Amino acid sequence: MNHTEVFSQNFDITGRDFSRAGSISSKIKEVLQEIGIVSPIITRTAIAAYEAEMNVVMYARRGKLTFTLTPDMIQIKIEDEGPGIEDIEKAMEEGFSTATQEMREMGFGAGMGLPNIKKNADKFEVNSVPGKGTVYNIIIKLNNPDKQ
Amino acid sequence: MNQYFHSIRIDEDKCDGRMKCMRICPTQAIRIRKGKAHILDERCIDCGECINVCPTGAIVPLTDPFGELSRFRYTIAIPSPALYAQFGTRILPDEIIAGLKKLGFDDVVDMAFTCGKVSFAIQEFLRDYTGPKPVISNSCPAVVRLIQVRYPSLIEHISTINVPREIAAREIKRKKSKRYGLDEKEIGTFYITPCPVKMISIKQPAEKKKSFLDGAISISDIYGPLLSAMENVEKKTSYRQALKSICILGLGWGMAGGVCRTLRLRNSLSVSGLNEILKVFDDIERGKLRHIDYIEAYSCLQGCVGGSLTVENLYNSYNKILKLIETLEYEKIKACPDIRDIRRLYADNYFFKTGKLEPRPIKPLDTDLAAAIHKRKEMEMIYENLPKIDCGVCGSPTCLTFAEDVVKGEASIEDCIILPIDKRKEIKKMIENESNIENKKDKKTKKESKNEIKGNRQ
Repeated sequence: MNHTEVFSQNFDITGRDFSRAGSISSKIKEVLQEIGIVSPIITRTAIAAYEAEMNVVMYARRGKLTFTLTPDMIQIKIEDEGPGIEDIEKAMEEGFSTATQEMREMGFGAGMGLPNIKKNADKFEVNSVPGKGTVYNIIIKLNNPDKQ
Repeated sequence: MNQYFHSIRIDEDKCDGRMKCMRICPTQAIRIRKGKAHILDERCIDCGECINVCPTGAIVPLTDPFGELSRFRYTIAIPSPALYAQFGTRILPDEIIAGLKKLGFDDVVDMAFTCGKVSFAIQEFLRDYTGPKPVISNSCPAVVRLIQVRYPSLIEHISTINVPREIAAREIKRKKSKRYGLDEKEIGTFYITPCPVKMISIKQPAEKKKSFLDGAISISDIYGPLLSAMENVEKKTSYRQALKSICILGLGWGMAGGVCRTLRLRNSLSVSGLNEILKVFDDIERGKLRHIDYIEAYSCLQGCVGGSLTVENLYNSYNKILKLIETLEYEKIKACPDIRDIRRLYADNYFFKTGKLEPRPIKPLDTDLAAAIHKRKEMEMIYENLPKIDCGVCGSPTCLTFAEDVVKGEASIEDCIILPIDKRKEIKKMIENESNIENKKDKKTKKESKNEIKGNRQ
């Protein structure tokens, strides 16, 4: 029975909608609490989901987030329509950011987004086509609460 | 017996099921069943929001009646600084303290002074602090409960400096028992409280240690008698003299932002009102507020002056404290404890809390992970079919909480009167089918595991 139970939810993300940014990761957190996932995993998932969500809000036109939970793992997959990432390796470096001055003044774009997802996820893949969009695939395993 | 003590109770005779409490509850801890409000123990954090909105006065805070004093040979009042804000601007703490003594307390602790000590201790604590930032104030027990229930990952952020009311009670008990040769049990310490939640920190402290306070009397209960008692107080000192004895550092504890302001902490925030706190705590969890050193968080608007058991309008009382702080600043009056004494006490661990805070998560949908996921799916399925208008007529605050209650077996889909009857039947069938599948699966896995055991034996 273990491998048949899959909970899945889809969310739409609107680019530049800063006022609602973070609401999806809050909802995901609530679901994980209701199901009884241990707190360190909830925190890591919430941070990773939030950073990914913010990336879409800051740079893309729109995006779709799919949250999937099985008894073994949590998956957060985001597909966005936007400028894409030119150099993914560079974007994974701490402190690298293409954020505008305006975004930085709002406290965003410190160049910690992708590195922070990587730090909190057990597996993190980014695929991007410049000019088209980016796909983020984040996996957090449930049997590994003490990562970090 | 209930696992958790709560400081509010619903008087069923008075409750007319009007749902105001259910709608305002920030942790969705109230349901209306059979026309009466009920509190869900594990969700309630005793913030007291419901008391303020109940039109029939059916939500009763469980504070102590004045008569409790007779249980003790020696009694001491420990008033929250919010009490100082309940009277006119010309009435200073010394007059209020004299009034409390007239009312029958053998002694009264000036909390502004004790709070001042703790303010200094917080300053010392923050100076060498290397743990996760920001440090969150533990002064409001509703906030501490909120963290235990909803933000377990923030437990490490909570300040470990003990709260002034406990430090005051501990110290005065020791002092008086020595002086009068009384057992500490014969001395009763009563907090004069602006809210019901302090009662919880007395009856069931979050760290599971015993409180040094013996009870709490609400400001609203004592206000009338105290006012008359104060009329008969002989004024020995002038306004200016009385002003000179006020510790400016401690006054701020009665209002949101007061501690940070009087300590002059640069990177600090002050938040009040539970819904605002939720937003700020979300940000802390995301690591967005690491540049902040200290956060004052109060579940009541404007801090303790906004407590549900106060009398004066909260903006008025907030303003009174603010003006008093400004006057003291202008007059350069400090009357604070000696910082060298505080440093000595700090080094002796005088200010630190003992005991450990544990998370108190809400019970999951099921203890088995796969079953919990299954139930969450079922909950989503039910929710998708609901009208999603959060009318509350079913007795649950939102359609989503209603779906959860149905899955947990605490409500029936029939309770949603907005859904057409045939739709309700349809959903009921779907739920039954789901649980049948679940049962069959359970049986199957049991059989399989039996076979496995047999296989192992062979």
